[in-house]
Formats: sequence, C-alpha cells, structure tokens
Amino acid sequence: MNSVAPIQTDSAPSAQKKSIRFPARSFLAFALAPEAPLGEWLESLDRWTENSPGFFAGRPVVLDLNLLKPEVSEVGALVAELGERGIRIYAIEAHGMDFLGPDLPPLLKGARPATVEKPEAETPAQPDAAAPPKAEVLAGANTLVIDQPIRSGQSIYHPEGDVIVIGSVASGSEIIAGGSIHIYGTLRGRAFAGATGNEQARIFCRKNEAELLAVDGWYRSAEDMDSSAYGRPVQAFLEDGVIWVAAL
Amino acid sequence: MGKVVVVTSGKGGVGKTTSTAALGAALAQTGLKVVLIDFDVGLRNLDLIMGAERRVVFDLVNVTQGQAKLSQALIRDKRIDTLFLLPASQTRDKDALTEEGVASVIAPLKAKFDYVLCDSPAGIERGAQLAMRFADDAVIVTNPEVSSVRDSDRIIGLLDSKTLRAERGESVNKHILVTRYDAGRAARGEMLTIEDVLEILSTPLLGIIPESQAVLRASNLGSPVTLNEPNNAAARAYIEAARRLHGETVPMALPTDRRGFLDRLLGRKAA
Repeated sequence: MNSVAPIQTDSAPSAQKKSIRFPARSFLAFALAPEAPLGEWLESLDRWTENSPGFFAGRPVVLDLNLLKPEVSEVGALVAELGERGIRIYAIEAHGMDFLGPDLPPLLKGARPATVEKPEAETPAQPDAAAPPKAEVLAGANTLVIDQPIRSGQSIYHPEGDVIVIGSVASGSEIIAGGSIHIYGTLRGRAFAGATGNEQARIFCRKNEAELLAVDGWYRSAEDMDSSAYGRPVQAFLEDGVIWVAAL
Repeated sequence: MGKVVVVTSGKGGVGKTTSTAALGAALAQTGLKVVLIDFDVGLRNLDLIMGAERRVVFDLVNVTQGQAKLSQALIRDKRIDTLFLLPASQTRDKDALTEEGVASVIAPLKAKFDYVLCDSPAGIERGAQLAMRFADDAVIVTNPEVSSVRDSDRIIGLLDSKTLRAERGESVNKHILVTRYDAGRAARGEMLTIEDVLEILSTPLLGIIPESQAVLRASNLGSPVTLNEPNNAAARAYIEAARRLHGETVPMALPTDRRGFLDRLLGRKAA
C-alpha cells in the first residue's frame, strides 16, 4: 500500500427533454498495486492488515494492475482473494486492458495520484466514524485545528493539509492527514501522515504511546517501535522507505 | 425543570446499575425527587438492585407504546418516598424502544422530578444511544483498568456527537465516577492510578468508590448501598459523589488501604 489515487467521475448530461442531473463526485481512494510474486505480496498484505484490522472496511479501494500486469483471466481470482480479506475493489486501473467482463469492477481511466497541493473540496463521508469534534480549518494553510481530545473510535480524515490536535488522541482512534500531524498531547491511537502521497510529511507528538505511525503508506506499529521512544516526545518521518521514530 | 442524567460506561460489569441505585438513593435522601429509568430492555437489573422486582406491573416499553400510563408504571420506593423507579421490560429487546417513545417518557418526568437518572445498558448500540439521547449530564462509570477506560473514552465520544445537546451545539456535562478502586492494588501498581484515568479521559472526576463487599451485600439484599450501610466507605463515597453532582463542592480524598495490622496478617479484606 503505497499511494492513493483520486477518482474523477465526470458527469454525463445527455438527455435532451427532461434533464436528469448527474452531479459529479470526486473522492479519494486508496490504490493497491500488487507486485509479482503474488503469493508473497498477499502475505505481506495480510501482515499489514493484521496490524490494522478493519483499515479497508468501507474505504474505496482501486486495484492498480500496472505493476503486476496479469492476464485478463487472472484478474477475477485476484479480486476474489482481496474480497475474502474484506477489501472491496471499486475499480481497476490497468493500461492496455479494454474490457474485463461484466462481473468485475469497472476499468478506471484518467485517475491521477493525489498530491497535497490539490485542494479538493469534499471529504468523503465516513459512515461509521463518530462525528469529529468541532474544528476549524485555517484558510490558506489548509490546516485542520482540533482543540478537543480525539476519543476512541473517532476517525479524523483531512486529505489536504496538516492536522493539529490540542489534546490527546485516544487508543482506538485514528488521524489520517494529507500533510503532517502535530499532537500537543499524548498520541495513543494511530496516525497516518502524508496519506495522499506526501513522503515529506511527519508526525510530531508530545508523548508517544502510539499504536501505529505511518507516513505515505509506510508504517511502524507499536510492536516494532524501540521502547526508548515510548512515552517520550517524538517525531516520525520517512527515509528510504523506513519510518524513523526520533526523540524531539 | 429537572435534570436528565445518564449513567453509562460502554463496558459491562463496571457498576452502572449499582451506581445508578446508590446515587439516586443518595440524592432522594436529601429530599430531592428522583426517578430511576432502567434502559436495559431485555436484561433488566435495576428492579432487583432496588428490591422492587415483585412490584413490577408495567414497564418502560409499555409506556412508550401507549399500553400503560406513566403513573401506572412508576414504582415508589418503600424506604424513601421521593424515589421512583421506571423498570425496563425483560421480555422485549432494545429495538422495542424508539426515540419518540423515549422522548414522550422523559419530557413529563423531567417536568415532575428534580433528577431523571437513566441507567444505560452496556455497549454503544441503540439502547445505550437512546439512554444518553436526552441527557443534560452524564456520569461515566469507569474501573481503573485499561479496557474500561478505553470503552469510557469511546462513550465520551458518543456523548459529544450523538446526544440531542451535542446536535444542538451544546454539550453534555460529563463526570467520571471511578468504581471498584482498590487502594492496595493501586499502591502495588496493579491497576491504573486515578491520575492515569483522568489524563486519558480528560474529564472531571465526580468521585472514587472504593472496592467493597458492602456494595455486593447491598445488591443482593435489593437495597442501594447508600441506604443499606450508609456509614460504609463506599456508601460515603457515593453520598459525596451525589452531592457533587448536585453542585456542591465536596473535597475529594483518595481512598487509602485502611486495614489494620491483624487484618493484613490474616489477609482479611477491608469492607
């Protein structure tokens, strides 16, 4: 899991008489790009989901087949494999394929990787998450400031900028930010910085008791963290595909 | 206009029902008019804890569905005449409750009583959300254990988003009630300290109820501990918590391990 691509669905107003509106929606989807050998890739996916169960639940996922380049006949089996893991594929991205069959997700054309500079207007609705606490978005900087603690079970999703939390982030909650994440309290939950493909994003917290730290899809779970980083002020950043957790 | 207080926790078995009964009785003993509503439809317990199980005729579901009048379903306590109970139905489930139905019960009770205490079922589903829906205040019952504290945190998140007050842009006044606090185990570092609990939940403390056999004895006798053994340490802690809930400033002391030398030697529990 390394990058996230937005899907642009264009409106198709065609009917002449009684016009039916097809309002356009654009939203962010995670892109899964399987690599060969497939067995190994699925194993590493399983290891990942074991650390973050339910991560894909209800989230739009795009299957990017440009690395794996499978035969058309193999795609169905792969979609089924992912389905067994609770990952529902919204669309498939594959250059050079024109048609997959009526029982497979549609082919996706014209999707772009999301970048943090892009000011998308709408954040996708999150059905399961409790309503996020009152927050203000600073104009220009596109920073989300939350001046309340993040409670267990809450999910803060801010794909276009930094997230600043004045308070603690509880065990069992998560923050997903396009930019960096700053927590002026204890981080006990999970933090995903640079989630829309920004490898420069960082995570800062006054006290680190995090369950998981991730930048640009690369992650480090609490179990893989050095015990010296526990309970201290730390920053986490990405370097050569490794998440580093350093004292502040 | 009375105050609607939900007693909730997320996790089961931490002492919601016991605390509802003890706080309700302590408030009523000061002359305030108090009604306790059992929202645990299908698994009702409050009637047993209050010793009213043989007097239940109609229940909350009957009232919300118009099969009985509110006055027919309310059970007056035999010991304190300002204390009432509205029992839950044992034969139905939580889906029998609707928001409109609950609203139609809460509104007249709020007008008539000083306190409407809602005993929430465990969990975060429909039953628990309806119990907290109309609350002005919330007592979040927590044991000093990590699992209980995390569940309480989840409930606080719901109190801040799913209650009528939250939807109106106001907030529910939240209070933490730590129950089953064992001074000995806390001293040995076997359970979370009060500081840890408050730091994680960042919500003000209403009281600390020490672990006590008296609470269990009272439950089995069908009498709230604040009535059954009012001089017991746990009962005193509940009485003080009730006074704080009513707005009084009462200094709080951390329960200490007050066992005598002989008790320690014989391994007897303070109770």
